[in-house]
Amino acid sequence: MAELSYRYAVAEGLAREMRRDPAVVVLGEDVAAAGGVWKTTQGLLDEFGPERVWDTPISEQAIVGAAIGAAMTGLRPIAEIMYADFLGVCWDQIANQAAKLRYMTAGQLTVPLVIRTIHGGGVAKGAQHSQSPENWALAVPGLRVACPSTPADVVGLLAGAVRADDPVVVFEHKGLLGSKGEVPDDEHVLELGRAAVRRRGTDLTIVALSATVRLALEAAAELEGQDVSAEVIDLRTLVPLDAGCVLESFKRTSRLLIVEENPRQGGWGAQIAALVAEEAFWYLDAPITRVAGESVPLPAARGLENAVLPSADQVTETALKLART
Amino acid sequence: MTTAGAVAGDPRALLPPDAPVRLLDDEGGLHEADAFPLDLKDADLVALYRFMVLARRVDRQAINLQRQGQLGVYASLLGQEAAQVGPAYALGDPDWVFPSYREMGAALVRGIDPAAILHMFRGTWLAGHDPYDANFALLSIPIGTQALHAAGFAMAAKLDGAGLVAMSFFGDGATSEGDTHEALNFAAVFDAPCVFWVQNNQYAISVPLSLQTRAPTIAHKAVGYGMPGYRCDGNDVLATYAVARRAVDRARRGGGPSLVEAVTYRMEAHTTADDPSRYRTETELGEWRAKDPIARYETFLRREGLLDDALSEEVEQEARELVARVRGEIYDAPHGDPLELFEHVYVEPGPHYDEQRRQLRRELDGAGEA
Ligand SMILES: Cc1ncc(C[n+]2csc(CCOP(=O)(O)OP(=O)(O)O)c2C)c(N)n1
Repeated sequence: MAELSYRYAVAEGLAREMRRDPAVVVLGEDVAAAGGVWKTTQGLLDEFGPERVWDTPISEQAIVGAAIGAAMTGLRPIAEIMYADFLGVCWDQIANQAAKLRYMTAGQLTVPLVIRTIHGGGVAKGAQHSQSPENWALAVPGLRVACPSTPADVVGLLAGAVRADDPVVVFEHKGLLGSKGEVPDDEHVLELGRAAVRRRGTDLTIVALSATVRLALEAAAELEGQDVSAEVIDLRTLVPLDAGCVLESFKRTSRLLIVEENPRQGGWGAQIAALVAEEAFWYLDAPITRVAGESVPLPAARGLENAVLPSADQVTETALKLART
Repeated sequence: MTTAGAVAGDPRALLPPDAPVRLLDDEGGLHEADAFPLDLKDADLVALYRFMVLARRVDRQAINLQRQGQLGVYASLLGQEAAQVGPAYALGDPDWVFPSYREMGAALVRGIDPAAILHMFRGTWLAGHDPYDANFALLSIPIGTQALHAAGFAMAAKLDGAGLVAMSFFGDGATSEGDTHEALNFAAVFDAPCVFWVQNNQYAISVPLSLQTRAPTIAHKAVGYGMPGYRCDGNDVLATYAVARRAVDRARRGGGPSLVEAVTYRMEAHTTADDPSRYRTETELGEWRAKDPIARYETFLRREGLLDDALSEEVEQEARELVARVRGEIYDAPHGDPLELFEHVYVEPGPHYDEQRRQLRRELDGAGEA
């Protein structure tokens, strides 16, 4: 085990997959010479050379579209879109092409491609550089969606994503880049679709993803002092969704709190709420509750941004109310 | 006038000149070009200088403010003063600018308070400046998107006979975006009164122009859209002005859009978040330092007797005052009024947002009392 930063874990995870499989190539803006604007592809050019690490023109449609074409030849391209907001620029290639080619060829064509991007607010970067649009991808059958919250998960989920034969969108979180954690030295592969229980508890279940896992854990620690025992689930992937893990936990606690960073309007939490309402309605002791971003574009003004995004205090307060309902 | 095929004519007429248009030589000597006449009075010549100096001083202050933690990020125009001030000066008041995030120089010429631009980078309020104040659109952050807005704006302006020209500023890297390509094609097909002003500052973050395009020059791309391509020395403010002037006049007269490449160099990092030593050399930087746009122009003005120490000091004094005021305004400015949060999502936010706002007010009042 070595302690790595989340940022470095991305580079490490990519390098491990590239060492293992010569079919893996990395492409995107500033990924080679500069090592990525987030420094998440640092060292790849040196180790694997320009044949496998491609600095591209600023052309998101081409980055994803060409990755699809390359994937048809058996390569396993990992395309980087510098900000998740710019998935919008290449959405046709993602939602209409990558997600549907297999289906529309009755399974004859697979595009085993990974689209890595960075999401998340809290860094005062404004409405077009801060979104958490994992719910956009969630809405498109044919895409898998992974959102690692720890350095170990970064390595494990990247490995799982590269080895998956379906297109996977991996969201890395800006606010987590500097966070640290242990990463196994040996091969570490996480199968997509397995949530992690980050903390055991009995009074309520908090379901979180990516950066909100930290909020949920902080809140759970605080709640313990107030005699409330919260279980924290890190979903890790939205597609496939580990419904079993959520339902099993919820049936024990009978109270559900969902913590999401994306706007409440259409957020992934609504999907979890629907799951529980549909599959475990009779276990409910209190209304399903969501703490989510406000349904507004994310402002650059720090004071405003803080008011939009969920906070640990907000999670704690909401959980207390829920536990006492 | 619409024909079934492409518009006839000799495509060679659309080609850029062999060498970038240059009116000032390295020593500041003026060589006028018939095709790009200068119609500037002495006061205009001094104004170009003043804007370049003010832009450079404000830019330096902005970088400092960012280093002090006052701004989230800032994209410097150092080295690109002439590439921005010339074209902006060639526009008339009713014309519109569709800028990228690097256009502090163009903003100054349009009469935008630089503090407003910095408030945007700081996130003081929801927005920085009011686009309608000086016909200067939102600083576009997603690359290339503003070129489309300029095209559509120009198409509409043509429709209502306003005689307006829309000028879109973007970088060399932006020419790789599908948006930019589609904007150029739209503007050409609709004969839109539009000028696409490309500041080729050689890099898109770390990626050099050679990895961005294999076209002989960016200006050559114009031919493929059926519009003229111009190329000018972007560090020569008289050349950028004169070439822009020609493109603007042409658009205003109904001649349609053009693409101009101003060849320049980004002397600073991409933004304050970037470390350029990872991808470019000190030697290269030195070569461009010698081509400084302000120094060259200053030599010219002094030779013409239009600038002396007294005037230079006057401009410096104005810059010091401007910079001091901007700094004062940025320091200790608020970080947004939370009640503004739900204001502008929709024209009429509706009951859901009204309730959210009431709830937030209650929370804020409660926090105030506590
Ligand atoms: C659609 C989109 N993709 C990527 C980015 C990230 N990005 C910000 S600036 C930049 C480089 C732009 O280079 P260029 O167009 O040459 O303009 P310059 O910054 O040199 O003025 C990139 C890739 C972005 N803002 N928008």
